[in-house]
Amino acid sequence: MSQSPATNEFQSTVWTEDQPIVSVRDVHKSFGSLEVLKGISLDVMKREVICVIGPSGSGKSTFIRCINALTTIDQGSIKVKGQEVHDPKLDRLELRKKVGIVFQQFNLFPHKTALQNVMMAPIHVLKQDKKEVEGRAYQLLKKVRLEGKEHAYPGELSGGQQQRVAIARSLAMNPDIMLFDEVTSALDPETVKEVLLTINQLVEDGMTCILVTHEMGFAREVADHIYFTDRGVIVEHGPPATFFKEAKDPRTKEFLSQIL
Amino acid sequence: MEALYHWCRRLYDDTAINYTICYDPFDRARMAHGILTTIELAATCLVFSVIIGVVGAWLQGSRFVWTKRIVQGYIQFFRNTPPLVQLYFFYFALGNLMPRSTNAYGFQEPMLDNFDWAVIALSFFAGAFNVEIFRSGIEAVPTATVEAAEALGYSRLKAYMHIVLPLAFRVALPALNNNLVNLIKTTTIAYAIAVPEMLYVSNQIWSDNVNVPEMMIFLLLAYVGLVALLVWGMHRWEHAMRIPGYGGGT
Repeated sequence: MSQSPATNEFQSTVWTEDQPIVSVRDVHKSFGSLEVLKGISLDVMKREVICVIGPSGSGKSTFIRCINALTTIDQGSIKVKGQEVHDPKLDRLELRKKVGIVFQQFNLFPHKTALQNVMMAPIHVLKQDKKEVEGRAYQLLKKVRLEGKEHAYPGELSGGQQQRVAIARSLAMNPDIMLFDEVTSALDPETVKEVLLTINQLVEDGMTCILVTHEMGFAREVADHIYFTDRGVIVEHGPPATFFKEAKDPRTKEFLSQIL
Repeated sequence: MEALYHWCRRLYDDTAINYTICYDPFDRARMAHGILTTIELAATCLVFSVIIGVVGAWLQGSRFVWTKRIVQGYIQFFRNTPPLVQLYFFYFALGNLMPRSTNAYGFQEPMLDNFDWAVIALSFFAGAFNVEIFRSGIEAVPTATVEAAEALGYSRLKAYMHIVLPLAFRVALPALNNNLVNLIKTTTIAYAIAVPEMLYVSNQIWSDNVNVPEMMIFLLLAYVGLVALLVWGMHRWEHAMRIPGYGGGT
């Protein structure tokens, strides 16, 4: 799967399905004197689901945020569908049309109803027709099982419901890749299930997903590939079947023994 | 109405309490015009000062150091100087530098008249406070919410218009309310450059009729009424913008 980063301008914008949809090469990121990412490389193919796990402070969230340029990287290359993210002249809109993200804290727009939250970006950013967007928004909310909650404000919804609105809001932009940044960490165990169920649906639909998660059971179930990160590096990775049973690195073993 | 005029006339004859603005058609018209001028001045300044506040607060969040410095300089200048001095500065210093045009009668006429200068001075004065008021509102919007907008492809301006500002407004409304009340009251300083607003007209009337106490009482009550009207409107607005489950307005 390893592939040398394209140097040619033209090549870099052409992406075909046999290439990784997300290609990360030797990414470094520091906050002040603290180096959070120390050379991360990985590839994600279309329709693949990968889970990034690891202890807190290992740089998981920073990493996932780098993919859609919410955090800029200092060094290295991230290509999303052929578009280089590490570029001072980055077309952010173009990137964000391809990559959707769901956050730990939902971050819905509190002054808009669930339906409006889903409709806003396609109307404001993509300038799509309001009637069409509305129809799709109803469908998306139905898909995340929030029928009847369309006109509720975020403040009137439970955490799990809010998170599902956030997923629908992201999907409304029709992204190719979805990033999930510890989306169940702020939820109580009861509601975690309903959010995981929704993500599972997406995976079954063939969405390319990158998840940062602490839900090991879920990771094992949905992931095609698991990456274990610690202190800014990928310590170990592999498909879940082998990863959980045959972890080799002592750090991975220790982490898994604590969490499983 | 006629009965009221008659009653005021009787009041004057019986008690020497002299409200010429009630029974004398000339003074009545003068005062009506004064009230309208005050309302016009206040309303215009209100709109412009809010615009200045919204735009200034946006510029303050700019990436460019100089944009921020200019906004900061503007705020410092207008917050640290008395509004009357500002008004004089605009009218007498800048007003003199403005080009003049010749009017239909062949007289030299300034491009901006005293009313215009009062609008400019007071809008900038109240606007400087509004920038800071909106900034407080903007800073109350969680960065994570703005980030969510960014992640959905919103540009900084679009996120400001559709997400940051509507949320900031709700937080800033009580403080904005205060400043706008102050603005209405500060319109009286336009008196100093002969804008015929309520205070100026009252002065003319009491000079003619020697009824200072009556006019002062009227003036005070008129301002109580005007400000009450604004506050009522702002509270209605605040109420209408309340979001279920957000802030204190559940």
